[in-house]
Amino acid sequence: MAGNRDSKSLLNGTLSRRAALKGFGAAAGLALAPGYVRYAQAQSSAPIKIGFQAHRTGIGAAYGRWYEKTTTAAVKAINDAGGIGGRPIEIVVEDDGTDPKRGAEVVGKFATQHKTDIVYGTLFSHVVIGSAPTAGELKIPYYVVSEGHHVASTKLNRYVFQPGITDVKSQIQAMAPWVASNVGKKVTMIFPDFAFGHDHRDYLPPALKAQGAEVIAQIAIPPTESSFTKYFPQIPAETEVIYHVMVGPAVLTFVKELGEFYGSNRPQLFGFIDSLEAVDINSPGLEFLDGSHFWEGSPRYAQENDSEAQKAYRAAVGIDDNGAAVGDPKDVSTAAHMFGCWETLYVIKKAMEDAGYKGPEDRAKLVEATEALTKFDEGPEHPQGDKIFNGKIHQCFGHQNISKVEGGKLKVVHRTSIEEGLYEPEGDYTTMPL
Amino acid sequence: MAFFPHLLLATLEGLVTSAVLALTALGLSLVFGVMRVVNVAHGEFFMLGAVLAWAITTALGGHPAIGFLLALVVSPLIVGTVALVAERLVLRRLNYNPEATIVATIGMLYIIQQAALTLYGPDARPVEPPFSYRILLPWFGYSGYKLSIVAASILLLLATWFVLTRTKIGLIMRATQYDRETAQAFGIPVDRVYAGVFALGAMLAAVAAVLVVPISQAHYLMGLDPLLLSFIVVIIGGLGSLRGTVVAAVLIGLSDGIISVFFSPTLAKMIATLLVALVLVFRPQGLFGTAAR
Amino acid sequence: MNRPVTLPIYALHAAVIVLLFLLQFILPDFHHGVLARVMVLAVFAMGYNLLFGYAGLLSLGHAMFFSAGLYGAGLAVEHFGFGMLPAFGAGLVAGGLLGLVIGLLALRTSGVAFMIVTMMFAQVFYLVTLYFADWTHGDEGFVIAQPLRQIAIGSLHFDLTQPTTRYMTAFLLFSIVLIVTLFIVRSAHGRVLVAIRENEERTRMLGYDAFANKLAAVIVSAVICAAAGAAYAILFGYVGSTFASVQYSILPLLWVLLGGAATTLGPLLGTLFMYYVVDITSGFISAYLFIVGLALILLVLFFPKGILGTIRDRWLGWLP
Repeated sequence: MAGNRDSKSLLNGTLSRRAALKGFGAAAGLALAPGYVRYAQAQSSAPIKIGFQAHRTGIGAAYGRWYEKTTTAAVKAINDAGGIGGRPIEIVVEDDGTDPKRGAEVVGKFATQHKTDIVYGTLFSHVVIGSAPTAGELKIPYYVVSEGHHVASTKLNRYVFQPGITDVKSQIQAMAPWVASNVGKKVTMIFPDFAFGHDHRDYLPPALKAQGAEVIAQIAIPPTESSFTKYFPQIPAETEVIYHVMVGPAVLTFVKELGEFYGSNRPQLFGFIDSLEAVDINSPGLEFLDGSHFWEGSPRYAQENDSEAQKAYRAAVGIDDNGAAVGDPKDVSTAAHMFGCWETLYVIKKAMEDAGYKGPEDRAKLVEATEALTKFDEGPEHPQGDKIFNGKIHQCFGHQNISKVEGGKLKVVHRTSIEEGLYEPEGDYTTMPL
Repeated sequence: MAFFPHLLLATLEGLVTSAVLALTALGLSLVFGVMRVVNVAHGEFFMLGAVLAWAITTALGGHPAIGFLLALVVSPLIVGTVALVAERLVLRRLNYNPEATIVATIGMLYIIQQAALTLYGPDARPVEPPFSYRILLPWFGYSGYKLSIVAASILLLLATWFVLTRTKIGLIMRATQYDRETAQAFGIPVDRVYAGVFALGAMLAAVAAVLVVPISQAHYLMGLDPLLLSFIVVIIGGLGSLRGTVVAAVLIGLSDGIISVFFSPTLAKMIATLLVALVLVFRPQGLFGTAAR
Repeated sequence: MNRPVTLPIYALHAAVIVLLFLLQFILPDFHHGVLARVMVLAVFAMGYNLLFGYAGLLSLGHAMFFSAGLYGAGLAVEHFGFGMLPAFGAGLVAGGLLGLVIGLLALRTSGVAFMIVTMMFAQVFYLVTLYFADWTHGDEGFVIAQPLRQIAIGSLHFDLTQPTTRYMTAFLLFSIVLIVTLFIVRSAHGRVLVAIRENEERTRMLGYDAFANKLAAVIVSAVICAAAGAAYAILFGYVGSTFASVQYSILPLLWVLLGGAATTLGPLLGTLFMYYVVDITSGFISAYLFIVGLALILLVLFFPKGILGTIRDRWLGWLP
């Protein structure tokens, strides 16, 4: 605030001093005007620089590539429509190698070297958590698209936001009622033995219990594992549903081995599409998944009742009806998550315009403006659906989709309400100092 | 599931792991044994073999078995060529200095990984097995292809053993391993032996990768785990000992699977790793090696 | 070996320390931040160098010592509410104890077996950080909140989240470790280590206890690496299991080999060089790993003893 006022008065001061120096009165004013207008224009049309922390290498690269494509598409759409408050967006990309140490360094580089206005776009939870302290110290707003519960846990800091994608705790809570009443009551969970899996391990059992279903076994697979058959005997025979959330490149093996183990005589399956993001659902060995259900943030396959906004979004990003890159059916997107990039950029636009954002001196105002947001309407800016935003925990909440694998496609069979995913806030960022 | 079938399954799984591991580790062990250098890029040759298998089968189309068999021949040849070029361009100029070789092969690791990422992409891609036959046991189903990996691995190991012990090439390699200077004095082209061994080591890794890729998938970061495990196998087995390498591979493959029957998986991994480390601590020369140098 | 030339050695190290001190006043923000990080990481490399360069023990498991410090400090804050200085101390103790245990076990082996054993212990450590995720938050890790990262000594108050304080803290740590390293390598103990590296058998026959000397080296190396880890936790506020993974065991080896093994200043040079190679090349092309790989190979082809090692061989034989 103060900085902003200073720079304005400085500007005025310069002008009046120059005017006085020339001593020409109105004529001088006219003579000066074009120059001043040009300057003002240059100021107002200088691009807004957004630092995009991208997983170009490392384990997150498959996601990172699609996050970049979506970001490019969204920025083009925003810029074509006049940018943010008349200023175009310029994206500066830095690779974080999907590593928390490099992630923090990259945030520092954005703030002090590239001098971007904000930082945006991180997916992997450990990179978000590793980078958050640096963002907080440098007081640079940091908008992540990660779906982790870290932001909403209020353990990070006031400069970190997740306004474009629902967090995993909310997702699980929203799905549980449908799973309990439509898939089965006795659930065995198979999950990777690290943070993403632990979120499911911790949040699913209470959510199911509230619906009269129960988790009868939890099988945590070590993150270094590349074959899974030896763990399957631990699945109790009375299991009605296997709830699986494996991630990473070994997931295909997981499904194939599950298929070999059970053959056609299998329990019901419910999984998070995270398992198969960027993987063709018709890959050899995945026939086994036919008839099983998946959570999807945004549907991979075009649905019959898709909104115009959804169609426009898919066309802009360049994915076909099967969720693969236009022109390359083998290049499957990460559709269930990457919509978050698109929506986050529009949230940034909205918040910057609300804040009257001029430059880095307005960052605190931008934080407050983002916190003041409460809901996002479905439309071209939010093609996945409407959302509500809780400024106290910096987290948005939207609808979740449950899709069934039918004839080699994912068909949405249920869409949860926003209310099903709401939970008591665990803290309040707005009470922290800026 | 009852205890016995569970144990049976763990054993079968352990055998498959062992089979692949034995081949991969054998490649590293040869390089280690003969050239006395640590090839950190060994896992990347493994990865390259798998990625090439995907490329070949995809380009060919048709029945999966045709593409697979072609990949089994062509992929190791390409990988061997890459290794040969790397050896000529870099390792030979370093005079096989152990430390310099480690750094140089770390450099190769980055280069190969980046090449795979740029040309092949970050996605994990599957390769169809040449045949898919599901063996139905009373308690569970099991992949017939997995068992054929074990058979293929045994054949390849026997072939390697034959070459090493019963042919002139093998004799030359063993002579070089035993004493480089004397071998040179007796007119053995040590320089060319080294190049051949380095390429052969990489090819073994590539063969293992082609075998394993239908039951896992090709991914540009898949090289790290085989590298670490091969290291462990080579050391436990004793430097350059074929028998030791195989026994160690079976030991490690089985222990990992069977311990996981009794403990939670991550805990099992911890215990297995710790046990193997302690074996090494109290028997540093490995199970079959002569005193370490 | 050259006879020790005392004056230029002290002058050189003093000059480096003064230079690092002065740099903070002229460096732009970005490079100022980079140098603070690099100094902390260089401490990690110096700890590694002590064992690898001077004692000739190639460990592939030093990530466990770095993360022992990282977690020792981080968990002490997270679960026991330690202040920053006691937490740093807890990190050092954790590193020292781990060094003692690992040293007692791993030193029964040598050569390649030592590499593998250290690597496997480090892998176990990594799995431990994942397995006890209720405590460690596993791979996701946890943040040490900004308000906690303050030090108050009497009426003096230091905010470790401020760039200037952070730079000075990193600088202090680096200088102390540099001086300690210099002292060690020029001491009798340091010379015994070099003797062990060159010929352990003969050293033993001369009446030195090789095992005790090596064990001491492992412990000191572990404590220095833990100091870097603990400093990383309290200066940059993040603790996570990534730092215990195998790549963080390879990094110090790389830095040391680049800068020059068994040179006191090599680790700093190597760390600095690697940092900027990655940073600059990643700005030009997305395939920066390719450039890094190529740089490594070229360096090792043309500067096989690292930057300082080559300089020492060609021009400055007295470099410690």
